[in-house]
Amino acid sequence: MSSRPSAKPTAPAPSSKVKTLTIDDRLVSAREDESILDAARQNGIQIPTLCNLDGLTPVGACRLCMVEVKGSSKLFASCVTMVGEGMEVVTDSERLQNYRKTIVELLFSERNHICAVCVSNGHCELQNLAQLLGVTHLTVPYRNPKLPVDASHERFVNDHNRCVLCQRCVRVCGEVEGAHTWDLRGRGIDTRVITDLNQPWGSSETCTGCGKCVHVCPTGALTEKGKSIREMAKQSRFLPYLTMMREDRSE
Amino acid sequence: MISIEDLSQISQAERESREAVAHQINVCVAASCLSLQSDKVKEELEKAVEAKGKKDCCKVRGVGCMGLCAAGPLVAVENEKVLYQGVTPEDAPAIVDAIGAEPVARIQGDLEAPFFARQQKIVLENCGRIDPERIEEYIAADGYLALVDTLTAMTPIGVVQQVTRSGLRGRGGAGYPTGLKWATVNKSQGTRKFVICNADEGDPGAFMDRAVLESDPHRILEGMALAGYAVGASQGFVYVRAEYPLAIKRLKLAIKQAEKMGLLGANIGGTTFSFNVDIRLGAGAFVCGEETALIASVEGGRGTPRPRPPYPAESGLWGYPTLINNVETLANIPTILRNGPEWFAKIGTAKSRGTKVFALAGAITNTGLIEVPMGMPLRDIIFDIGGGVPDGKAFKAVQTGGPSGGCIPESGLDMPCDYESLAKLGSIMGSGGMIVMDETSSMVDVAKFFMEFCMDESCGKCVPCRVGTAQMHELLRQISAGEATARELALLEHLCDVVKSTSLCGLGQSAPNPVLSTLHYFRGEYESKIAAGEAAAAGHTPPAGGAA
Repeated sequence: MSSRPSAKPTAPAPSSKVKTLTIDDRLVSAREDESILDAARQNGIQIPTLCNLDGLTPVGACRLCMVEVKGSSKLFASCVTMVGEGMEVVTDSERLQNYRKTIVELLFSERNHICAVCVSNGHCELQNLAQLLGVTHLTVPYRNPKLPVDASHERFVNDHNRCVLCQRCVRVCGEVEGAHTWDLRGRGIDTRVITDLNQPWGSSETCTGCGKCVHVCPTGALTEKGKSIREMAKQSRFLPYLTMMREDRSE
Repeated sequence: MISIEDLSQISQAERESREAVAHQINVCVAASCLSLQSDKVKEELEKAVEAKGKKDCCKVRGVGCMGLCAAGPLVAVENEKVLYQGVTPEDAPAIVDAIGAEPVARIQGDLEAPFFARQQKIVLENCGRIDPERIEEYIAADGYLALVDTLTAMTPIGVVQQVTRSGLRGRGGAGYPTGLKWATVNKSQGTRKFVICNADEGDPGAFMDRAVLESDPHRILEGMALAGYAVGASQGFVYVRAEYPLAIKRLKLAIKQAEKMGLLGANIGGTTFSFNVDIRLGAGAFVCGEETALIASVEGGRGTPRPRPPYPAESGLWGYPTLINNVETLANIPTILRNGPEWFAKIGTAKSRGTKVFALAGAITNTGLIEVPMGMPLRDIIFDIGGGVPDGKAFKAVQTGGPSGGCIPESGLDMPCDYESLAKLGSIMGSGGMIVMDETSSMVDVAKFFMEFCMDESCGKCVPCRVGTAQMHELLRQISAGEATARELALLEHLCDVVKSTSLCGLGQSAPNPVLSTLHYFRGEYESKIAAGEAAAAGHTPPAGGAA
């Protein structure tokens, strides 16, 4: 993703203004530059997310974190909606649960997610979401697209069949590693992640082989070679620490 | 340094040179007539004038769109108020012979017909009347007068107030009050500001912006410069789709001409105001009509929308406050400032002021471009101006607002055509595309067509739009093919709700509209397809003619 300059995590000085709002009838306070999602998590209120990851710029792409705000008929993606004074947020209505379930179903139907043969089985965020939301079967038809697997890299594999297009790899590579190896090509249902200008990953001249993309990937799309079924656990927790240390240094 | 006196001198000279020739023969050279070889017609007319020794009294000019595209190529003999339609290059000698005598009845069109008589032109006032490739002709039609006058006689906030008082609303589709948008950008803090003209017209069957850009490009430049002055921007961009080569060519020429005369560039009219305009070409993505995607595209990035707020008025192009207006919105500005906001506000309805340009397409006799006061009933537009449905077929529905709009049946035709009424009917004003469908159209197929469009044009960023449109398209295909049961119909309705409520940008949020409106007004068509599907699923074909 060719990131907009303004979208880079340049860590502006945190705002000193604090807002008070209610989330699911609980009074909480948050800085005005914090999102509803941040405020909810700090108070132990869990909102399902997929594209969001601490340490990366939120993009509001998966739409799982949509919440209701009293006084508006529109829904808001809580990862990109800042808190407001007196806001009354509902995170878990029947309507929202229903939508989230359908969105997870849409993701399962889009590509070929076959947990039984997946290296990330048991460590997969998409699978966890399905369990959390009670998606036991699909009401929408499977699309069963024919998609390639890129195993040209000596250490990593990119399996498009398991990609959910959350763009975490694109963002971590551009924003944190600074290599911008990953990007997207095509549009709509034909969108795919690519390395360099759609070259095999193994021949990429920009990839530093750091593996950050693999560990932030929520599913078994980006994995390490040599892992068999169920073995590929991701370590994405390096990210908030890394971002925090960098922000400190820049001050 | 150009002053009002300079403008009136140019205007005077231009009028005199025109009056020196008794007969102006105007040939439409906009895209539609050009595709029917109107350039050849123009050439032959020039030859005929030369051959018949009428060079002193006749002058052949290329002009912009005259509106009645269905009857092109169009030729008008200005002073005699004669219009010829369906002109071929072979007709040229006869047309020249007829000047000063009886018109050629065989190809003569009726200028008194409702198509012409019932229109009211503001945006299109110069279309088909001036040569779009000559700035002098625009100036002779009072062009750039508003700009030069405003720069010396009005403060920026004064301009914003004029626009606010006119009641003008955005013509791109949503109908956001233009004055309010200008005021927001005016008040936004930024070391730089930008004005963007959104000419990424992409609705199927819509060609309003193309016609304005091809027929009267200077009007857009003047509107943009006025907007720049009002909000405090010194750089403008026209984001125009690359599929409009003629519009781009004429726009480029217009920019060059305006710069040469000092109507664009540094210190316009000797004031401290400077304004430049550059062109950015769209690469064929419908979603780039959405303002945040458009901005990403101008910046050189992938054309995908981002969540708002922040709105572009606050943080737009490269993070600076940015005003984005549609072509037709900006085209209204020079006239509003010239004639005053009260004049403009008198036209149209209480909430929708002014006029609206519509592109009539589909099963309608007078395919073409029209401009009517807001609030004219749809019936008058389609049957009176549009000439109704051809070939004796019955009217079934009119689709407004493109893939984001809906289908309106016969019963809704008496509603006035304005933002609120169309929304009440389950459609939207949109940018002005109007596609008429006759009794032979299947409404399920219409919905499928628009869903396929949205599926192809989805940027792929958010899940509900990316996957939801593809799933809805598959369901519509199944229903249309008689392969679906009530379960699929229920699922389709559920997906409409999910995609509408959870998509990131307007494309996804409005993608279900064609399905929802056809389901609302033509549910029977879906149900008969479902009945066929149910019957097929049960293992027998539906009974024919009621016999058991």
